[in-house]
Amino acid sequence: MERKLRILVAKPGLDGHDRGAKIIARALRDAGFEVIYTGLHQTPEMIADAALQEDVDLVSLSILSGAHNHLMPEVIRLLKEKGMGDVSIIGGGIIPQEDIVTLKQQGVKEIFTPGTDTRDVVKWIETNIQPRSL
Amino acid sequence: MEKQFKERLPEFTTLSSKKIERVYNSDSIAHLNPEKDLGEPGEYPFTRGAYPTMYRGRHWTMRQFAGFGTAADTNERFHYLLNQGQTGLSTAFHFPTLMGVDSDSPRARGEVGVCGVAIDTLHDMEVLFKGINLENVSTSMTINTPAPILLAMYLEVAAKQNFQQKKLSGTVQNDVLKDFIAQKTWIYPPAPAMRLCTDLFDYCQTEVPRWHPVSISGYHIREAGSTAAQELAFTLRDGIEYVDYCVKRGMKVDEFGPKLSFFFNAQSDFFEEIAKYRAARRIWARTMKERFGATNPEAMRVKFHTQTAGCSLTAQQPMNNVVRTTLQALSGVLGGTQSLHTNSLDETLALPTEASVRIALRTQQIIAYESGVTNTVDPFAGSYFVEKLTDDIEREALAYFKKIDDMGGMVRAIELGYPQKEIIEAAYRYQKQLETKEKIMVGVQDFVIENEPPIDVLRIDPQVEQRQIESTRQVKAKRNNAAVKAALSDLKKTAEGSANLIPNIRNAVREYATLGEMIDTMKEVFGAYKDPGHY
Repeated sequence: MERKLRILVAKPGLDGHDRGAKIIARALRDAGFEVIYTGLHQTPEMIADAALQEDVDLVSLSILSGAHNHLMPEVIRLLKEKGMGDVSIIGGGIIPQEDIVTLKQQGVKEIFTPGTDTRDVVKWIETNIQPRSL
Repeated sequence: MEKQFKERLPEFTTLSSKKIERVYNSDSIAHLNPEKDLGEPGEYPFTRGAYPTMYRGRHWTMRQFAGFGTAADTNERFHYLLNQGQTGLSTAFHFPTLMGVDSDSPRARGEVGVCGVAIDTLHDMEVLFKGINLENVSTSMTINTPAPILLAMYLEVAAKQNFQQKKLSGTVQNDVLKDFIAQKTWIYPPAPAMRLCTDLFDYCQTEVPRWHPVSISGYHIREAGSTAAQELAFTLRDGIEYVDYCVKRGMKVDEFGPKLSFFFNAQSDFFEEIAKYRAARRIWARTMKERFGATNPEAMRVKFHTQTAGCSLTAQQPMNNVVRTTLQALSGVLGGTQSLHTNSLDETLALPTEASVRIALRTQQIIAYESGVTNTVDPFAGSYFVEKLTDDIEREALAYFKKIDDMGGMVRAIELGYPQKEIIEAAYRYQKQLETKEKIMVGVQDFVIENEPPIDVLRIDPQVEQRQIESTRQVKAKRNNAAVKAALSDLKKTAEGSANLIPNIRNAVREYATLGEMIDTMKEVFGAYKDPGHY
């Protein structure tokens, strides 16, 4: 049997809007994934460390502060630096359309904006993410 | 044969999932004693309004929350809003300021000036309020744990321009309890956070008598996903906690009670919101009188600010947000608010443009000058439905009071994660209701249009961060660093003891110590709060 996907739901930066992150964490857990939630106010270093320690397959970043253009690429860079370049990154939050294009070019796999049905996120993960070979 | 009148749904509920009957009648409010439970507007228990004449006397304060980029950028927006007929200022700080972090810290990268205005030192505050007569304007500052620092900066700016401190009016949010519950801009653990917060109450009472040292806020609780009754209950129960702390300090309820102000959300369920505001006034009046023995009616009178619900707005078909905001603002006005912020249509995408802020302000002006709803006070009083809703929401809130009292108070309840868990439960339930289409957001799950053209949004110049860092570096280079060091060392000593911290904070501010330096100095003594991460 294939093992369960391990997902890190993370809140980088200083903003305190965690409603979306918590709803996503819960919806992913209810869908049968193993979910680790970092809590608020994490630096990209803290998130990369947590991803490494928890040996996750996917990192889901929630940002509603407008700092996504800095924070998302920074997490990607640090994961690569730690030899975890095969971990996928997705994001959610208040992110303008033109930024989504740039962030995807920088390696973010998908961005979900407000109004997304959590079942669509689950379906996307089931379709696109496989457990990393250990 | 009798005609069948079918209903669309098996059950009708409010936005907060409270069941609503087809029709209400005199039986619904049989127990209501109008004299005792409603009273006259401006009289105990204030159900019908804080003041006898309400908007026949003066309109609510139209106060648009504003802040972005550098202090100079926001100063320009303040002047614009005042020129457009706005009657009070409301300052939005960027996340680093809210969290006590300076713009030149690595933790601030990507966040400087993005979600609010960047304030690091007194210098920024001098620029922010340049050309504004601080004796003539009331200023609200949405700032919590660093509130004493930002208020100290404001007072120093006023002093330098020879404005009289006793004449300054405004509000600092300074509501740390709701930070742990919902807003999450916490810095210190609850005990030292409450000390700092109470220090400011105490200081304002004698030194800045026209200032409201707290805005006890339900706004963020609601935005985090609570029901209307939870918003009401947790906010007012936070209020009780502050009163308890002040009384323990030896402050008198009749003296500081009138300085407490409140801040509520205006969500989309029109009648539920109106009932909430009416219940808030009644519950608080009775609490102050019966629980705390207040005798001064001013100490029992709830005065509140309202903001329309950011979380109700949609990125899809954003023009529809003007309509949502109008209905929400109307419920705030019919509920008797003292001041109002109306969200701009583009706030689900970015900070608002000048054009969209103008529509939001005009929405308030249209309600005030065209709709006619301001002609009489509390027009819904006596409505079977509204009175029943008011009673029900009051009862629900009082049941929460009982639970939290039994836990040992709000600080304890927060440590147990109780309000946090209640809110996330409600938020998750609502998400599921959206996904099963039990609740509809127009343009999101239904009435959708494909390939919407994007709208123009406000972009913060990426140079802002570098400019702000450079400016703060210059301030640090020019100030008297020995004096800063001495002021910070005094601040630390006071933090280790129990004396009021505000005078030391003012000294450090005057020497151009940075916000981050002051916050970190106290952190050495107080420690930092860590997110328990309930979900």
